[in-house]
Amino acid sequence: MIARKILTSLGVAASALFVSVGVARADWGALNMTEGVTQTSRDVYDLHMLIMWICVAIGVVVFGAMFYAMFKHRKSKGAVAAQFHESTTVEIVWTVIPFLILIGMAIPATSVLLDMADTSESDMTIKVTGYQWKWRYDYLDEGIGFYSTMAEDSHAARQLKSGIDPSEVDNYLLDVDQPLVIPAGKKVRILITAADVIHAWWVPDFGWKKDAIPGFINEAWTKVDQPGTYRGQCAELCGRDHGFMPVVVKVLPEPEYRAWLSAQKAADQIAVVSPH
Amino acid sequence: MSESIAHHDAHHEHGPEKGWMRWVRTTNHKDIGTMYLLFSLVMFFVGGFMALVIRAELFQPGLQIVDPHLFNQMTTMHALVMIFGVVMPGFTGLANWLLPMMIGAPDMALPRLNNWGFWILPFAFTLLLSTLFTGGGGPAAGWTLYPPLSLQGGEGFPFVIFAIHLLGVSSIMGAINVIATIMNLRAPGMTFMKMPLFVWTWFITAYLLIAVMPVLAGAVTMLLTDKYFGTSFFTAAGGGDPVLFQHIFWFFGHPEVYILILPSFGVVSMIIPTFARKPLFGYSSMVYATASIAFLSFIVWAHHMFTVGVPTAGVLFFMYATMLIAVPTGVKVFNWVTTMWRGAMTFETPMLFAVAFVILFTIGGFSGLMLAIAPADFQYHDTYFVVAHFHYVLVTGAIFALIAAMYYWLPKISGKMYNEALGKWHFWLSVISVNVLFFPQHFLGLAGMPRRIPDYAVQFTDWNMVSSIGGFVFGFSQLLLIPVIVSAVKGRQQATDTVWEGARGLEFEALPSPAPYHSFNTPPQVR
Repeated sequence: MIARKILTSLGVAASALFVSVGVARADWGALNMTEGVTQTSRDVYDLHMLIMWICVAIGVVVFGAMFYAMFKHRKSKGAVAAQFHESTTVEIVWTVIPFLILIGMAIPATSVLLDMADTSESDMTIKVTGYQWKWRYDYLDEGIGFYSTMAEDSHAARQLKSGIDPSEVDNYLLDVDQPLVIPAGKKVRILITAADVIHAWWVPDFGWKKDAIPGFINEAWTKVDQPGTYRGQCAELCGRDHGFMPVVVKVLPEPEYRAWLSAQKAADQIAVVSPH
Repeated sequence: MSESIAHHDAHHEHGPEKGWMRWVRTTNHKDIGTMYLLFSLVMFFVGGFMALVIRAELFQPGLQIVDPHLFNQMTTMHALVMIFGVVMPGFTGLANWLLPMMIGAPDMALPRLNNWGFWILPFAFTLLLSTLFTGGGGPAAGWTLYPPLSLQGGEGFPFVIFAIHLLGVSSIMGAINVIATIMNLRAPGMTFMKMPLFVWTWFITAYLLIAVMPVLAGAVTMLLTDKYFGTSFFTAAGGGDPVLFQHIFWFFGHPEVYILILPSFGVVSMIIPTFARKPLFGYSSMVYATASIAFLSFIVWAHHMFTVGVPTAGVLFFMYATMLIAVPTGVKVFNWVTTMWRGAMTFETPMLFAVAFVILFTIGGFSGLMLAIAPADFQYHDTYFVVAHFHYVLVTGAIFALIAAMYYWLPKISGKMYNEALGKWHFWLSVISVNVLFFPQHFLGLAGMPRRIPDYAVQFTDWNMVSSIGGFVFGFSQLLLIPVIVSAVKGRQQATDTVWEGARGLEFEALPSPAPYHSFNTPPQVR
């Protein structure tokens, strides 16, 4: 009885809180994995949803049986305990059935994995290097490269007791001075490494992350059909400013990408010549 | 002859030593068990305080309370304290109290080793926690201590390594004692397949400990020599391999998570039959499932490393092996549910925590199965989805099992019933707030929030606020443990010898409440 009263009052308090916070902001929708913008990310999303619903279904059956028992088979309702305590048959049944379900999960998982691992026949290659605490992008076929560091306004706002409201900053913590630029519709092979400690390069919309490890070169690929700006973060603890090394990728239609590339090359030439 | 035996027996019937030196010199399993349990409780509040620092900082975006370096020290220390200071000593304390009583033994087999095993802990943790005040601060590279980052640690680094060595020594001594006790001191008739499941799960856990704690010691020793003696085990620049550390660490680390959870399975397998008033369903399949899980735990370590660039064939192997763990774990859950089925249940506090364990641990198992799917793990890995997963299995799993065990056996230990109303308050506050705390972290992770960050993009604000509120309610609810324990020590209501109507086992059926300082000086005969 007491417990029921507590439950009710907590429920009221909790819903009041949810409503008040919910009115002030509106990001309650961010509940699930993104479907992303690549075939890979859509495959991963489908796989995620498949496994999740299988788990939900198993949960409904198991917890359903449990709650049924908890309501019906109570001493207070006059239940008398049965004394059965083993059955080899049911043990075999509930060993074999989960095993079959697992095989059903493993088949699509294997096929998506093999597809993600296939970096062959790529159109271009970019080397990504993690540093404490920024990224460097090198266009191996074009001979250009640059660092990508968190944007100044985010940097100012994230200082301890800065007094700046993060919601006033555009793309707080997810904006950089110079994003990685890639063409739409091309299979881009990405080589990932690091110069100091381990980092991980992650854009959720592309459907994967990969560790950047000093002394190793990891391979991955992406092919983005939809031009746009996609944001992510370093995903492996890399020290003090681990939370402050965003990944921003700008996907441009092929002609615009070409134009950007020429401009970048020209700027690089000036940069190389001018200091002297 | 018979007179001398009687005299010999009488000689053993002395009580505890007087004064505080009792606790320093004791070799009594009940004294040592009590010290382990109290140590675990104190560390629970220390680790909990660190968790609240983390949740307070994450209440809203921007940095308000701690700078990122201190934040990283808090996440690292919180994990080390909770794993090595709370869950492991907590279960060792229960093992000390209960194993001899459950198998009809007079004490643990190696009582002096037992004393030493405990007394290492306060020194190890003093050493570990003191690093927070050294130059450069405490460890801040996460409890996994991945190099090269961990090699950037400050002056406290060697102290952390030494503390981990001490903790390993203590755990190994505890494990040797458990095995020696179970192998040698079972009462006549207590065959292996009659042992209570708590004894079985601890028996298997002890083997896991002996197998993997030396591996951890090796890994951290190599970190030490890399930093101070010029070796390059893990530094690429010197020809070493940073990924090697991860392989060694997780070869320890994955069995370690089963070290944390197997005794919990044992506890729940004791409690549910008592309150269902029905024997445990599938006893032998429970034993085999535990053994299978222990075996599988050695061949799944690289599922923590899917994103480091393990070859595809390796990813496939570790994915399949990891998925297989769902089978024996499922068997255990089905057995618990079937034990409840057609029982005559009552819901005293231990049962409430045990039922919550089954439900919430299973939710953690589901997210674990999702994480096993390698391509999906490329999204989940190192996000709050993982944080939600391992807190479901460790907080609502291991910690709930420890709390359930405390409510279940405390009356046997103290001889008095705890205050049931307080217990119910504690349960309902805990079970609601812990879900408010951890369930939204699934959403945060799926929406793309990395773990181990002190500050986050504004779209993650709402669920972080909810999670922090849940965290504070959960944290402060745990303070109820203190009046609950006081009520069981100083209370008026005497516990009966069986304590619970449906309780079975030597500790309830063959010993009075409170259990005498020396029990089973002559072994009972087990049917």
